[in-house]
Amino acid sequence: MSELLLPPEHRYAKIIKEKLNEDGSELSILNLGPTHPATHGIFQNILLMDGERILDAEPTIGYIHRAFEKIAENRPFYQITPLTDRMNYCSSPINNMGWWMTVEKLLDIEVPKRAQYLRVIVMELARIADHIICNSILGVDTGAYTGFLYVFQFREKIYEIYEEICGARLTTNMGRIGGFERDWSPEAFRKLDLFLEEFPAAWKEFENLFERNRIFIDRTVNVGPISAEQAMSYGFTGPNLRAAGVDYDVRVAHPYSSYEDFDFIIPVGKSGDTYDRFCVRNAEVWESLSIIRQALAKMPEGNEYHAEVPDYYLPPKEDVYTSMESLIYHFKIVMGEVPVPVAEIYHAVEGGNGELGFYLETDGSRTPYRLHFRRPCFIYYQAYPEMIKGALLSDAIVILSSLNVIAGELDA
Amino acid sequence: MALENTDIQDKLTQNFGEEVFNFQQQKDIFTFEIDADKNKAIILFLKNDPSLQFHFLTDLCGIHYPDNEVNKQFAIVYHLHNWYENKRIKIKTYINGEKPEIKTISNIFLSANWMERETFDFYGVDFIGHPQLKRILNMDEMISFPMRKEFPMEDGGRTDKDDRFFGRTIDNC
Repeated sequence: MSELLLPPEHRYAKIIKEKLNEDGSELSILNLGPTHPATHGIFQNILLMDGERILDAEPTIGYIHRAFEKIAENRPFYQITPLTDRMNYCSSPINNMGWWMTVEKLLDIEVPKRAQYLRVIVMELARIADHIICNSILGVDTGAYTGFLYVFQFREKIYEIYEEICGARLTTNMGRIGGFERDWSPEAFRKLDLFLEEFPAAWKEFENLFERNRIFIDRTVNVGPISAEQAMSYGFTGPNLRAAGVDYDVRVAHPYSSYEDFDFIIPVGKSGDTYDRFCVRNAEVWESLSIIRQALAKMPEGNEYHAEVPDYYLPPKEDVYTSMESLIYHFKIVMGEVPVPVAEIYHAVEGGNGELGFYLETDGSRTPYRLHFRRPCFIYYQAYPEMIKGALLSDAIVILSSLNVIAGELDA
Repeated sequence: MALENTDIQDKLTQNFGEEVFNFQQQKDIFTFEIDADKNKAIILFLKNDPSLQFHFLTDLCGIHYPDNEVNKQFAIVYHLHNWYENKRIKIKTYINGEKPEIKTISNIFLSANWMERETFDFYGVDFIGHPQLKRILNMDEMISFPMRKEFPMEDGGRTDKDDRFFGRTIDNC
C-alpha cells in the first residue's frame, strides 16, 4: 500500500541507474526552484547533474497560473486592463497600452497625436524600468550588488512619474480606450525632466561597472549562447533575439503609437550569449532615453489627451457626478453596453522583453469571445533547457536572469 | 518586390487547391482557412517556399465553438510572420469537437512545442506526433480542459451578468 503513495519515478532516475551501472560515476537530480531566490519567480527546474555540470533540464511552470485568458472571456474590455498589468509587472504600462491599442484597432479609433506621444514616453519609461531590473539583478546574480544599488533608485523615480500620472506605481492602469484617463500634470513633466537629467550619468556608471569588468565578462561571455537560427525557431523576439544578431523590433517592423516619427537604432549583438543580452539591454536604454527626448521635443501643443469617442472613453469622475450625459456614458461603458463589432484581430507591441501580442476574437457581445496573449516569456523559457545544457549550475542562474523571464507573464 | 496577398493566395491555391480557402484581409492581417489534415504540409510549404518565407511562428492558440457543427467545434489559429517582407498572415483551421486532433508542427517550429502543450492543456486538443504532450500550466491530475466553453467561470445559474438583461444579443449590434 505504501508503495502506491510514492510519487512516480522521474525519468532521470532511470538514467542515473543506467549511468551508475556503466562506469560507476554518480549523477544526481537537483531541484532548482520553485521558490529558489535566484530564479526570481516561482518556477521549477529539475536538473540532471554530473557534479557541477548540467546534463539535462526539465522546466515545470504554472505555479502562479491565474487563468487570465479565461477571466478575460468573462469581462468587458475595461476590466481586462488590470489583468494585463499583472503579466510582466516590471513594465506594466506597455502591457496596458498594448491592450488599449488592440481595442482601438478593433473599434477603429484614432488617438490624437499628443496622446500617442505621451504613450510613447510612458512605454519607453517602462522599458527603461524593465531593463534596469533585468540588468541590475543579473549583476546581483554574478555577485555584484553595487550596480543594483546605483540604478535601482531610478526605477523608483520612474514609479514616481507613474504616480504623478495616475496615482499608481506598479500596476498602473493609467489609460482609457482612446487615450489617457487624465492629462499629465506639470509635476509629472518636471519629474520626467529631472529623471532625464540625472539618470544618464548613473546608467553610464552602471555600464562602466560591468561591461569591462573581468569577473563579469568571465561569468557571462560564451555563457548560454543561442544562434540566430535557433532563436528564431524558438520564437525569440526582443532583446534576447537581437543579442543573437537579428534586428527585429516591432516598433520598427509594425510601428504603432507614432513610433515612425522617432529616430532610433536597434542595438544588436553577435553571439547571443549572456553578455550580449546584457549589452543589448544597456544600449536599448540609451535609445529609449533618446526617444523620450524626441517625443518631448516634438510634443504637439495643447492639452489633448484622449480621442473624442464618448461611446468608449470612460468620462472623468467629476463629470460623472455633475453631468447627466457623462453619467449615462459612464453607466453604459461600465455595464459593457458599448457596441463592439464582430472581428478577429492581432496587435503586437514591443514589450520590455519581446513581442507582446494580443489575439482578440469578438462575437458582438460585451466580452471577448477569445483573447490570447502572446507572452514573450512563455516563448523564451522553453529554450532554457537547451541553453543550459553543458553549463555549470552557477551559469544556469545568470542565463535565467539574462533571459528576463517574469513568472507573471510566463504563467499568465 | 513586396509580397502581395494575391501572390500568397495564388501560390497556395496552385499547390493545395481547395484545401486552402476563405482568403480575406482582416484589418492589417491577411487571413485564410485550411483543411486540418493538411496543416503540416501547408505550414511547411509557407516556411520553405523561397518566395513566401514565413519562417517565424508568432503565435498558436485554440478556440472552442460549441455551437458549431461537430466538425468545426474547435479551431487552431496560427500566426506566421515573414520578416524579410514584413508580412503577417493568420491561418485558421477547424477540427472535430468529439475527437479534437491535429498534426503537430513542433518539428517545423521549435516554438510550437509549448504553444501546443498550452492548447492541449486548455482545450484537450491532441497534437499528433508531439514529443511531450502533457499539461503545462494546469495540474497533471485535472480531467477537464478549462478553456472549453462548457466550463463557466462562475455559477451557471447566475443571471445578473446575463447579456439578455443588458438588452444585448449578438444579433442587435
